[in-house]
Amino acid sequence: MTAILEVEALSSGYGPVPVLRDVTFSVPTGSIAAVLGANGAGKTTLLRTLSGLLRPTGGRVRYDGADLRGVRVEHLVRRGLAHVPEGRGIVAELTVEENLRLGGLWRRDRADARRAQDEVYQLFEPLARRRRHAGHQLSGGERQMLALGRALIARPRLLLLDEPSLGLAPRVTAQIMALLRRLCDSDGLTVLLVEQNVRSALSVADQGVVMSLGRVVTATPAAQLRDDVTLRHAYLGF
Amino acid sequence: MTATQPEVAPDPRPAAASPLRRLLPGPPGAAGPRGSTLLRHLVLAVLAGTAVVLLTNQLPPYQNLQVARVCAFLCVTAGYTVLVGLNGQLSLGHGALMATGAYTVALVQQGFEERAVQGRWILPLSLLLAAAVTAVAGLVIGLAAARLRGPYLAGVTLAVATLVPALTTIFTDLFNGEQGLRFPAETPPAFLGAYFQPERWLAWVALLAALLTMLLMANLVRSRFGRSLRAVRDDEVAARLAGIHVARNQVLAFVVSAACAGLGGGVYAVLTATVAPGKFSLDLSLFLLMAIVIGGLGSLAGAVWGAVLLVALQDLPSLITETFTLPSGLAQRLEGNLALAVFGLILIVVMLVAPGGLQGAARTLTARLRPGRPATRR
Amino acid sequence: MDRFLFLTFDGLSTGAVYAAFALALVLIWRAARLVNFAQGAMAVATAYVGYAVVSVTGSYWLGLGAAVLAGLALGALVERVLMRFVGHANPLNDVIVALGLVLLIQAVLGIVFGNEYRPAAAPFDTDALTVGGIAAMSPYDLWVLGAVLVVVALLGLLFTRTPIGLRMRASAFAPEVSRLLGVNVGRMLTVGWALAAAVGALAGMLVVPTGLGLHPHAMDLVFVVAFTAAVVGGLDSPAGAVVGGLLVGLILSYVTGYLGPDTTPLAVLVLLLAVLLVRPGGLFSSVRARHV
Repeated sequence: MTAILEVEALSSGYGPVPVLRDVTFSVPTGSIAAVLGANGAGKTTLLRTLSGLLRPTGGRVRYDGADLRGVRVEHLVRRGLAHVPEGRGIVAELTVEENLRLGGLWRRDRADARRAQDEVYQLFEPLARRRRHAGHQLSGGERQMLALGRALIARPRLLLLDEPSLGLAPRVTAQIMALLRRLCDSDGLTVLLVEQNVRSALSVADQGVVMSLGRVVTATPAAQLRDDVTLRHAYLGF
Repeated sequence: MTATQPEVAPDPRPAAASPLRRLLPGPPGAAGPRGSTLLRHLVLAVLAGTAVVLLTNQLPPYQNLQVARVCAFLCVTAGYTVLVGLNGQLSLGHGALMATGAYTVALVQQGFEERAVQGRWILPLSLLLAAAVTAVAGLVIGLAAARLRGPYLAGVTLAVATLVPALTTIFTDLFNGEQGLRFPAETPPAFLGAYFQPERWLAWVALLAALLTMLLMANLVRSRFGRSLRAVRDDEVAARLAGIHVARNQVLAFVVSAACAGLGGGVYAVLTATVAPGKFSLDLSLFLLMAIVIGGLGSLAGAVWGAVLLVALQDLPSLITETFTLPSGLAQRLEGNLALAVFGLILIVVMLVAPGGLQGAARTLTARLRPGRPATRR
Repeated sequence: MDRFLFLTFDGLSTGAVYAAFALALVLIWRAARLVNFAQGAMAVATAYVGYAVVSVTGSYWLGLGAAVLAGLALGALVERVLMRFVGHANPLNDVIVALGLVLLIQAVLGIVFGNEYRPAAAPFDTDALTVGGIAAMSPYDLWVLGAVLVVVALLGLLFTRTPIGLRMRASAFAPEVSRLLGVNVGRMLTVGWALAAAVGALAGMLVVPTGLGLHPHAMDLVFVVAFTAAVVGGLDSPAGAVVGGLLVGLILSYVTGYLGPDTTPLAVLVLLLAVLLVRPGGLFSSVRARHV
């Protein structure tokens, strides 16, 4: 199995303060990897560096065999890399419909963009009922659906998800996790998931990447992580 | 009124720049006890004053008038840079505040002239009143300003600067419209001798005002109040948490700055013994902004640079038109506009290339030459 | 009563110009979160271009087109070569750069064209038509009102009905999210500046024939009034800018008509301060979306 994402000795940070140091791991195509760790471990910084919102200070990122250095953020989505940022990155001032249209604007294949939009409405029924509502009128769960659905309109091959479970009811979280699993198994989607909610993340993930203070402590199969009491106690707190 | 974006960007500033950090006493030796700071500023003021007095003894009348104008502008820029640079309030109304001081001096002096009162005390009294009246005007604007931020404050004060000259035509009886006011010219006192150069005396008067202003501002900047000004500029919430009354702090900064502008405007009026609305247009406010930007916002030494350049650069066009032979139409158009173009370019280039201004650049340079003493933003 | 009607029509016509100009300010505020203090000077510069074309070709309409094109170009230029490179360490920086641009533009205009008022002809009669014995609007007033309404409607369609409008709104509200969705946010900013400056150019062409004529400072007061209009409507709201512009135009028309033209500047200042101190978000501000 080939790896769609390979991260080698990546470092990054804000200004002179380093946050990520020497991060190395890879994600096989069609799998789900969960990035786990305490607050301040550098999980969000990792995603922001992968999608180019932050410029790495060292190391490299290979996506689909190509080095991502120098690729502009707005071009990544055209290559099949979608990033749903922290805090349910929807545009609160735009309507649900406009948010979804925005997700497909770059696509040449207008017909497929429209088809993908319809699929999102089928996948997330609450969104179909609230097409004309502005983003800030949505509930937390609906916002997460909108952000995820909008990313799916790009028909991505790699999805970077930042805290999809934040503030959601456990039932909604479980639904989203199940959906991700299904997309991986059926469409060959690869997901890199940042989560505080370790239990639910490990329930669907193939691999767990445990981070602490900007470094990768271990990158192991999720099943092993679920069973390793020492690791869990030391870094994941349960 | 600041619109928050959904994503809160992590604070990229290093920890050392936090306002709380700056409220703490500096490293030993950086700033001694208060008494010695005052003494050092006094010594500096006396030295600078002596140097300028010696200089004026060598200069012809026109150059002395230039020195006097620099000093008048220095009163304004010193207070202005404290407001904009240290307190973060961008006022574009300082030209109008200068006008307030200038017209106060003119009206007071005219009043005494009409009642045939004479005396050497009239000048200091009228200047004091200029500062006081302008401080009251500053209080009014400052009270409004304390509730406004960034572009809103700039817009309101821009409106003040654009519209206030029109007051002179609304109240023509008092201000005499476009013509402006004349009042008796300041003459050197008799003990200096009958043939004492009047411009030299004017330069001394202006110098005294400038030194007083600088001395006050230098001590204010170093004081507890000065530190709270910076704290408010850097982070209002943190300042409030540190127990600073933000609104009062901002109003007070405006009042102090306005008083300086009023004094400077008053001195400026004394130099020509006239006031007219045309001198206090919006352009004057923008010139003053150029002066504090090029010197380095918030730096008193920068205010000196700025005042000097403000006067020097205004003479640039006549220098060019005299040096080169140009068609008379072009020469005339250059005369009125070249300084504006240069000032505009300076504002743009300094903000893009060296936002710290000349003083900031000098500080970085000396810090580079002397490692071990890091360049600090004031 | 006749006088009141006359002042109302007059106020609506000048208000339309303020509305267009306030709209230009709002467009840039929404796109870049800054008040373009150079808007007045930029509009004057494009009006000079416009009237230069008028005097060469003899056609007002060619001149108008040239001015609007010059506005597009100038707006894009200012954003690409200046504003993009202003550091944001200090929020005052872009105001200061814009003010530097004001000095520079006005000085260059003065050097090239001179500081005298140059006559600017209106394309229509500026004398009021009398309808039923009442002096109503002049044909020129009608043209001004109509032109502004058409532009407002076109901008509304652009922003709500076209992909580029959607991109521009998205990148103004959430630049980072928009980039992740493939929107070139930097280009949208340039387009926003270009559009705003073109609207400003139109406002400049409309207002110049009603005043003393072309002059480097011809828009100084218009800028202050338009800023007031934008604040009245709320800097975030394009519709508010239009209503605010018309409202301010009416108020100033009544003040000028009943209290005399000398009091107009004072009225502007009082209005601006009153709105900012009582309703800083503008009269028509809706409660902004709260972000979690």
